[in-house]
Amino acid sequence: MEFFIISTLNGISYGLLLFMLSSGLTLIFSMMGVLNFAHASFYMLGAYFGYSVSQVLGFWPALVVAPLLVGALGAVFERYCLRRVHKFGHVPELLITFGLTYVVLELVQLVWGRIAIEFKPPMELQGPAFTLINDAVSGLRMVWGAASPEMCSAADAAVRVVCSPFPATRGFMVLVALTMLVSIWLLLTRTRVGLVIQAALTHPDAVEALGHNVPRVLMMVFGAGAALAGLAGVIGGSTFLTEPSMAATVGSIIFVVVVVGGMGSLSGAFLASLLIGTIQTFAVAFDYTLLGALQQVGVAVGSSLSSNTLLTMKLSQVAPILPYLFLVLILIFRPKGLLGNREG
Amino acid sequence: MSFALKFTAAAVLVMAAGGAFAQKGETVKMVRIDPLTGLLGPVGVSQLKGYQFFAEKFSGKGNPAGVNFEVIGMDNKLSPTESLNALKSAIDQGVRYIIQGNGSSVALALSDAVAKHNERNPGKEVIYLNDSAVDPDLTNSKCSYWHFRFDADTSMKMEAMSSFMVDQPDIKKVYILGQNYSHGVQVAKYAKETLGRKRPDIQIVGEDLHPLAQVRDFAPYIAKIKASGADTVITGNWGSDLSLLVKAANENGYTGKFFTYYAGVTGTPTALGTNGAGRVYQIAYSHYNMGGQMDKWMNEFKAKYNDDFYTGSTIRIFETVGAAMAKAKSTDPVKVAAALEGISVKSFNGEVEMRKVDHQLQQPLYMTVWQKADKKYPYNPENTGMTLVPVKEYPNYVSSTPTSCQMKRPG
Repeated sequence: MEFFIISTLNGISYGLLLFMLSSGLTLIFSMMGVLNFAHASFYMLGAYFGYSVSQVLGFWPALVVAPLLVGALGAVFERYCLRRVHKFGHVPELLITFGLTYVVLELVQLVWGRIAIEFKPPMELQGPAFTLINDAVSGLRMVWGAASPEMCSAADAAVRVVCSPFPATRGFMVLVALTMLVSIWLLLTRTRVGLVIQAALTHPDAVEALGHNVPRVLMMVFGAGAALAGLAGVIGGSTFLTEPSMAATVGSIIFVVVVVGGMGSLSGAFLASLLIGTIQTFAVAFDYTLLGALQQVGVAVGSSLSSNTLLTMKLSQVAPILPYLFLVLILIFRPKGLLGNREG
Repeated sequence: MSFALKFTAAAVLVMAAGGAFAQKGETVKMVRIDPLTGLLGPVGVSQLKGYQFFAEKFSGKGNPAGVNFEVIGMDNKLSPTESLNALKSAIDQGVRYIIQGNGSSVALALSDAVAKHNERNPGKEVIYLNDSAVDPDLTNSKCSYWHFRFDADTSMKMEAMSSFMVDQPDIKKVYILGQNYSHGVQVAKYAKETLGRKRPDIQIVGEDLHPLAQVRDFAPYIAKIKASGADTVITGNWGSDLSLLVKAANENGYTGKFFTYYAGVTGTPTALGTNGAGRVYQIAYSHYNMGGQMDKWMNEFKAKYNDDFYTGSTIRIFETVGAAMAKAKSTDPVKVAAALEGISVKSFNGEVEMRKVDHQLQQPLYMTVWQKADKKYPYNPENTGMTLVPVKEYPNYVSSTPTSCQMKRPG
């Protein structure tokens, strides 16, 4: 049971990190129709900026400063590069963000080196947020923080006691992502700025006629999207690893999230991130094979087939492919994605 | 062929032969092809420093042949394809000694490429010195005359590890976790085979292979290991794949034992910290506290680079190659390869022998355990205050394993 709970929490926290990333991507797409290939690069920049700022000011100020820096860079990129190629259509827009990923990657390697840097979470976040204690006699309970060693060992050797701590970094990840979700939603639906953004989305000419500066709104949205990626970078980089290939690893996954959720749909991105986070986590846990499945349904398998590598491949081994398989299936059967209607 | 051309060819041959004698003070260029970037980059970078440090120590008067060693690093990004490109460019630069270690997948490709190159380019032979790739196939079914292995292969390490487990009655349930490539697969295979032979009562409760140098979050694997009820994990993981595994184990409260190959390699000591005390083991051909000259070298290395030296093969490569060059009275790879076969040298922990039949170095192995550094075992890697303390030594004859190598020798 504690295995199920911890795995679910692991899956959710990873999924929420994906959401932090894909929310910015999907926001930019819904606003500007730009598929921003460089989004994961902003994530990586967030992690590296966070590292450098935290060396000087400490982690908590870095959590604020780094996303702002990344957001400013994003806005500058939109103003001076993206806007210029905008008049040539979508393909040049796509290509310029594609080029940016390489520029950022090389710059990061020049400045911070080609190997992983040690970006540690602050003292407050090291150690567990809470611990699940599963006692064979008294059942499952939970304590905040770390459990004392006495609680994790039974006096009687026959009683099995398992302690499963949940790292505070992951708890913090969940907290930040949920806060972000709520604030974006409030911003878009409850404020004047949100109204202007939504209006600019569907009726840019009318909004312009009312005296709003639509290109500036777009610049702000791009900057905000980049800042969200930067925030995810500070958290992801300190929880997992800060290294030059971190953009490439999440880059492809967040596209899966955005497509599966439905292009431009914030709630779709939320659903899809949780789904993919949990699928990836749980797939590791199961040793099901095609062979086992065949035998379950009662198909007799010959000895030559039962050593077939394809049939004996475990689900845990194919776990990394699953999101992409999911992507292909969604595109075939539901091209607009799970919640494929635009926000608002 | 015209007379002039014949004459030139003869002159070149004479000069080459002449060069073979004039070796004192001659520079032997070596190239180490290994990852210097990416997740496993820190390991390759640290080892390259080791090579450059010891090239200096063993040059000139440091070796019986009196040659000077020079080692250059080439980044292969852990990819066999990139490695073959690097090999090509090293050969084009006139390098005749290739060193590699990280990744048996790379080692198998390199060994094959070197053998082919030597067959097609007589007079330009290359020797491949393998410092850490431990897939047993390299000295068994896929053995090559031009390949020399200085680490102990998986069959040897597992022989020693399982001998140690015989005396550990509290090990009952074992989980095998490895990287999904030749090395990880071989570790799992030999672990099951040797344990089945020596401790048939041990239950293998799980076995997993994960992608090499890709996993950033091992929490799902740790959850799985915990759920399996394993009291011990056997893993051949190295670099980030071991340090992140250990980090996840600490964060997620796994308290079982770890039997590893590479607990002392860059990054892992920090991840282990004080948490792993008494329950993380390493089987290897050397450790942090070998004593004598080795201690002095390690402290000097640390003072110079603020890094830890852990790849003892580096030293043995210079020792054996130096001795072989003295024996062959030449730096010509063809003669040196012949001299390397069966050569014995006195190394930092006694006599080691490059077995003639399969080119596998025969050497003692040490089982060590991670615990607090003290007066007797003072060396603390990555300033952790901890060290690897030897608990058992396995002399050459225990760890030595038979080979099925049918080596094709030139000529």
